[in-house]
Amino acid sequence: MADKVTIVLHSGDMDKVYSALIIGSGALAMGMEASIFFTFWGLQRLKKDGLEKGPLSKMHFLGLGKWMVRQRMKKANVITLERLMRDFKELGGKVIACDMTMEIMGIRREDLREDWIDAYGAVGTYIQEARGSAITLFI
Amino acid sequence: MAEILVDCRGETCPVPLVEARKAIRRAQPGDVIVVIGTHPASREEIPMAVRALGLELLSVEGTETDWTIRIRR
Repeated sequence: MADKVTIVLHSGDMDKVYSALIIGSGALAMGMEASIFFTFWGLQRLKKDGLEKGPLSKMHFLGLGKWMVRQRMKKANVITLERLMRDFKELGGKVIACDMTMEIMGIRREDLREDWIDAYGAVGTYIQEARGSAITLFI
Repeated sequence: MAEILVDCRGETCPVPLVEARKAIRRAQPGDVIVVIGTHPASREEIPMAVRALGLELLSVEGTETDWTIRIRR
């Protein structure tokens, strides 16, 4: 099995996007390959100015919970999703956008951060990545 | 051969690990990368990454919350 991590990011929740990008860049840092397949609510985070826009998966409280968590994260010196994505890309991480979600939600390529996206694909692309991966996660 | 300093003091997961890896990628073979930090888990995890990458871990010094790791590319 190849030294590779393939993650399906189905959720667009801020905390889960953190998990996906932290695991992805951690894998790259430890010498593995990594791909994240952004689908459904996760794909929303690839929209221009969309990466930081996700709600908190629990205790969002109309944004108050997210605001509080953000303050705590700032205090703990947690980096932004924007910077995590930059590092993920710099270390060779692959970003795949789900084209079926784009069709369902009426999202065009020009609505997305095309500079981050390596490929547009469907389930076959995910399976092809996952079958050669030692680790695959659904977030 | 250069010595490259990566100062990750005050940074938390996954920054020290990721910054160490970025520096290793940019370094030339033979260069020494010196990572300094305060994040406890990274003191254990950076050496794991160094071994996984097949590089030479020169030293790990200091305490859990104030450490220096030296790596040869």
